[in-house]
Amino acid sequence: MFRNAPSLVLTTLAALALAAFALALTTGSVALGPGMVARALLGFGDETQRLIVRELRLPRALAAFATGGELALAGALLQVLLRNPLADPYVVGVSGGAAVGALVAMLLGAAAWLVPGGAFAGAVVSTAIVFGLARGRGAWSPMRLLLTGVVVAAGWGAIVALILSLAPETQLRGMLFWLIGDLSSPPMTWTPLAVLLIALVIALAFARDFNALSRGETIAASVGVNVARLPWLLFGLSALLTAVAVSVAGAIGFVGLIVPQAVRLMLGNDQRVVLPASALGGGVLLLVADTLARVVAAPAQLPVGVITAIIGVPLFLILLARDRPR
Amino acid sequence: MLAARGLTVEIAGVRVCRDLDFAVEPGQCWAILGRNGAGKTTLLTTLAGLRAASAGTIEIDGRPLSSFSPRELARVRALLPQDDSDAFPATALETALVGRHPHLGRWQWEGAEDLRIARAALAAVDMAEAEARDVRTLSGGERRRVTLAAMLAQEPRLFLLDEPSSHLDLAHQVALLDRLVALARSGERAIVMALHDVNLAARCCDHVLLLDGGTATAGPSAALLTSERLSALYGVPLRSLADGGRSVFVT
Repeated sequence: MFRNAPSLVLTTLAALALAAFALALTTGSVALGPGMVARALLGFGDETQRLIVRELRLPRALAAFATGGELALAGALLQVLLRNPLADPYVVGVSGGAAVGALVAMLLGAAAWLVPGGAFAGAVVSTAIVFGLARGRGAWSPMRLLLTGVVVAAGWGAIVALILSLAPETQLRGMLFWLIGDLSSPPMTWTPLAVLLIALVIALAFARDFNALSRGETIAASVGVNVARLPWLLFGLSALLTAVAVSVAGAIGFVGLIVPQAVRLMLGNDQRVVLPASALGGGVLLLVADTLARVVAAPAQLPVGVITAIIGVPLFLILLARDRPR
Repeated sequence: MLAARGLTVEIAGVRVCRDLDFAVEPGQCWAILGRNGAGKTTLLTTLAGLRAASAGTIEIDGRPLSSFSPRELARVRALLPQDDSDAFPATALETALVGRHPHLGRWQWEGAEDLRIARAALAAVDMAEAEARDVRTLSGGERRRVTLAAMLAQEPRLFLLDEPSSHLDLAHQVALLDRLVALARSGERAIVMALHDVNLAARCCDHVLLLDGGTATAGPSAALLTSERLSALYGVPLRSLADGGRSVFVT
C-alpha cells in the first residue's frame, strides 16, 4: 500500500479504460472519428453510424470489458482463497463445466441464445460438484479444494475431447472458437457489467479481511476475521463472476491468472487496491485484445483468447523480470 | 482475566486435559509445558476461542467466550501462531498493520495513529529499520519478530503465544520475552505461552500449566517447576541447579 499512491494508479487505470473504450468504438471496418462516435452515442448523426456504434460496437465493448474485469477479479479472489498465487478462475473446474454445457447445447443444435445458458448451467453444476466434494465431511483446506478442482477440470476436459471427436465437421469451428474465447456475439449487454460492479463492492467491503487472511488463517482468526465464513464468500463470488464471464465470452484463459499477478507486482498486495485495479486492468486488457481481434486479420475475426495471451505473456514476463524482492 | 472451569479439551479422540480449572489474573505470565503432541497448541487455540472445548467454560473478564463476536474478541486477546506463513509479498510495516484490523471499521483505512502504533511495535521487536523490507526476504527469526510486532500492534490485554521464542537468537529470546513479561506486569495484561525451554519458563513465568498425556496441572511455578515433576513430564531425568535465587534445569 506504500509502493505507489493507490488513488493515482486507479485513476490512471480508469483513464486507460476510457481510452480503450474510445479505441474500441472508433476502430473497425468503418473508421469513425471520436466526434462521430460521441454524436452517435447521444442519438444524433446518421442511422448507419448510430447502428454501428450503439448496436454493434458498444455492446461488444461493454461485454469485453466486463468479462475481462470479471475474470481478473475472480482470479484475485481465488488467489486469496487458495493462498496460492498460481490459482486462476478455471482451477476450480468452472470453465470445464461451462465448456461441456456450451458444447452440448451446440451439439444438440440449440438456438444460439441457448449456448450461454448451457455454459452458465455447466459452470454452476461444476461449482456445486467441486464445492460439495472439497468440503467433504469436515472443514475444507485450500489444498483439498485445489486438488478437487484440478481433478474435476480434468474430467470435464475428457468430456470436451469426447464431444469434439463426435461432433460433425460443420460445428467444429464454432466449438473451437468458443473454447478459445470469443466475443463476436455477446448475449447480454449490461448484465455482466452490473454483476462485476456488485461483486466488486461486496469484495471491497471485506478487502481488509482478505489482507489478514493472506497472512495465514490463524493470524486472520486472531485479528477477528470470521475464517469459517470468509472462504464461502470468496468461493461464491469468484464462481459467480467466472460463470457469467464464460457464458458471455467462452473460455478465455489467462486473464484471471495474469492480471492480478501483474497488479501485485506493481502495487503490492493490499487487496483494497489489488481488487479494483484487477477489475479495471482485466477489463482494459480484454477490451484492447478484442479490438485487435476484430481488426488485425479483418475481415476475418480472431478469437480474443489468442490475442490476450499474445499481449499478456510478454507484458507479464517483463514485469516479472523487473521485480526484485527487497 | 481468563478463567477456565471444568475445561475438557480433546483433539482427534486424544484428550488434552479434563475437568481443568484455572484462572489467569492481570499481570500474570503463564507457561504451558508438555511433550510434543501433548496438546499445547490445541489448548491455546481453545483458550483463544477459535476451537470449541468438549466440556466446560472459558471466560474472559467474566464473560463466556461464546458471547464475544470475533471482532470484540480480537480487541481483547491475540494468538501468535507457531508458524509464520507468507505466500504473498508484503512489507514488514504492512504485516504489522494487520494487527490494527479489529480496531478499524469496515470501510476505514489505517490512519496516522495506526501507523504510529505499528511502527512502535516494529521498534519494540528491533525491526524498525526493516519496515519497507519484503517479509519473504527476512530470516526466520526476523519474520518471527515481525509477526510478534503485528500482535503487539493489536494491543490485546491477553497474549496467547505459541512458542514465541522459536527461530529467535538467544539475545532476542531473552530481550523480547522480558519485554513482553514487563508489558504484562506493568498493566492490566496477561500472557499464556507454550514453551519448550523449561529454563525460559522458569525465568519468565510465575505460573505453569503442565500437560501430561491427558492430565493437566495448573499452579504457581514455585510449586510445580521441580526436577521431580519435570522429569516425569518429559520422561527425561532432570536435575535442578541453584544459581543465586533461581533454579536452572539440566539433563
